[in-house]
Amino acid sequence: MDFSLSPEQLEFRDQIRAIARDTLTPEIVERQHTSGTFNSPEINRALADAGFLERSVPGLGKGDPIELWMLFNELEKVSAPVDGISMAMMIAGVVAHVGTEEQQEMILPQLLSGEVLVSLGYSEPETGSDVAAAATRAVRDGDEWVINGAKMWTTMGHVAKWILLLTRTNPDVPKHKGLTMFLIPLDLPGITVEAVHTMGTERTNATFYDDVRVDDRYRIGEVDGGWKVMGVALAFERGVMGGTAMGVPLLHHFRDWAASARDDDGRRLIDDPIVREQMVRVAIDNEVASLMTLRAAYLAALGGLPGLEGSMVKVFATDAYQKASRWFSRLAGPAGLLRFGEPAAAAEGWVEYDARHSPVTTIYGGTGEINRNNVAERHLGLPKAR
Amino acid sequence: MRLELTDDERTIEEVFGGFFRNECPTALVRAAEPLGFDRGLWARLTELGAPAMGLSEARGGGGATLTDLAIVAEHVGRSIAPVPFVEHVTALRLLDACGAVTDALRDGVEIATVALGPVRTDRWPLVPAGAVASTVVGMVGDDLVAVRSDAPGSAPSNHACMPIADRSVEGATVLASGAAAHGAFAVARAEWQTLTAAALVGIARSALDLALVYVNERHQFDRPIGAFQAVQHQLADLPIALEGAGLLAAKAAWAGDRRTPGLVSIDTCDITDFTALAAMAFLYTSDTATLATDRSLHVHGGYGFSEEYDIQLYYRRARGWSLIAGDPARECRSLADAMFGPVEEVV
Repeated sequence: MDFSLSPEQLEFRDQIRAIARDTLTPEIVERQHTSGTFNSPEINRALADAGFLERSVPGLGKGDPIELWMLFNELEKVSAPVDGISMAMMIAGVVAHVGTEEQQEMILPQLLSGEVLVSLGYSEPETGSDVAAAATRAVRDGDEWVINGAKMWTTMGHVAKWILLLTRTNPDVPKHKGLTMFLIPLDLPGITVEAVHTMGTERTNATFYDDVRVDDRYRIGEVDGGWKVMGVALAFERGVMGGTAMGVPLLHHFRDWAASARDDDGRRLIDDPIVREQMVRVAIDNEVASLMTLRAAYLAALGGLPGLEGSMVKVFATDAYQKASRWFSRLAGPAGLLRFGEPAAAAEGWVEYDARHSPVTTIYGGTGEINRNNVAERHLGLPKAR
Repeated sequence: MRLELTDDERTIEEVFGGFFRNECPTALVRAAEPLGFDRGLWARLTELGAPAMGLSEARGGGGATLTDLAIVAEHVGRSIAPVPFVEHVTALRLLDACGAVTDALRDGVEIATVALGPVRTDRWPLVPAGAVASTVVGMVGDDLVAVRSDAPGSAPSNHACMPIADRSVEGATVLASGAAAHGAFAVARAEWQTLTAAALVGIARSALDLALVYVNERHQFDRPIGAFQAVQHQLADLPIALEGAGLLAAKAAWAGDRRTPGLVSIDTCDITDFTALAAMAFLYTSDTATLATDRSLHVHGGYGFSEEYDIQLYYRRARGWSLIAGDPARECRSLADAMFGPVEEVV
């Protein structure tokens, strides 16, 4: 076993850190929390200008999953808003994997410029975890398809140019076998986008499709082969591309605050033995999440899609983040209830924010239950329970 | 970067995995209770050269890395083998650093151990392997000392049937003093934590294996209980915790083998310091072994609570092997000093 990074990997990491340091201003972080759009065109552009987007997309450029992990991991550790760019990179990976040459030429340059975003249209008002039960219909009409239905949780849908759309093309076969994936422009006639505001500040959307006509060239993968495309997208989503390092900035924010805040007896909070123990426990969980993510990336680098390892690290990191958020809320007391902008807020408001944001992490990208089903069935070999 | 075993490491895995599977059935573990030591098993392990594995080749040892030793330790844990492998190899590496290894210790004819904590009056309390070791190495004030005396051969009655005993510091030979002593002892303590972490990973793996066999066999409501989602989700947490525990223990061993100063950075989540990683691995694997044995025992139902089933053997050792080093909260607080700086003096 060897956990050392190569000189090339270290250099790449330092370059990402430099971009984060030079580009991420307090204004960008603040804008994320006032606008609810967790995306920074400034950071996206800086990454694109350095060639790092192309370099790290799976299946493109260098295609080194360790670099992809580093890119998102480093940005996540400094609380950079990366939801927009991570979805764009994930879809760039999907297009590179299963898209036609024409689609790759049409879409990849846009995504790799960092200027164009993509939304994910999987869930619907009536289908969430049972995503293969999607009911949004796509019906063939010559060289075109006519799409009718609705999608939920289409985050970035109000600023994205494209949406990856999971549709039902055959209702007469088992549900996994009648799905087809499209990547379509969001400005087509018949598409409407409605805001859905969340407790965690981030704005998401409901999108509606009313006789939307799209050319067949917007289809990704085979007709009725949408589930396979979904598998590729999920393998990228869980683990390697962010979402496993939330505990790092949380600990860092809390530590900075606890070093100056005083308890009722005038002692620094950070000197309280119970506070110290909890902070160490969070640091250990952060290290474990980092190692598990690294291993998922490492396996991907060997040529696999890290589906199961991704499920495992997703469960671990999101549970650990929620636990850390609860601990720090409790330790901060009333100051942990105050929001960004309040001078007396614990950790400038991060403790309060993480308490609002953390619940969603065990829901999106595959709930804890769905991922545990995967582990039970595919890793432990237990019978299907559904 | 290489997050899998090398060919050499795989060979060690096969040799010792096979050894403990064949030579250490749980019947032997049970027969070795309450002392928790099987002299025959230790002798057969000695024939494989295990006691001297971690010694330098110059001293007639195997020159094994900490990573190699951790692979063996994991199999000690998987079989909950009643042999003081972890203590002996740790003590020998420490004695070797001080030029104090005897042939009898190298050959495993005599056993050595490390007293992990400070002296209370004139003895080290509850030294791991203290009941069977003739040489105990530990700190007395600012001195690193070795005490050679007869092994008591019996242990106070204890939860995990471990061969622990109080050991007197009378007749101590000073091996090193001051900063050199503290430095050498800190490395040894971190090595003990790293190897015990690997053994605890082994315990957790076996606990999961036992659970899987049982939930596939045991039928209730006309189906195997492993088909129930409530049971599945309790068990699904275990390979997740084990993946992390195995990686963290392996990283600690890797850091120990590097022998270069490492980092402890919380802000960048960049931790390469050996003593910090050893303590982190020890704490996390302790929790993992506790969780795995809790869950495994629970899904065994009433049978898990009976002496007849093996899970109780693992359950007790998961706690014993970790808690013998002291209060985990205390370990966290010393890690906190490295991570967050020392506690401010109250004026």
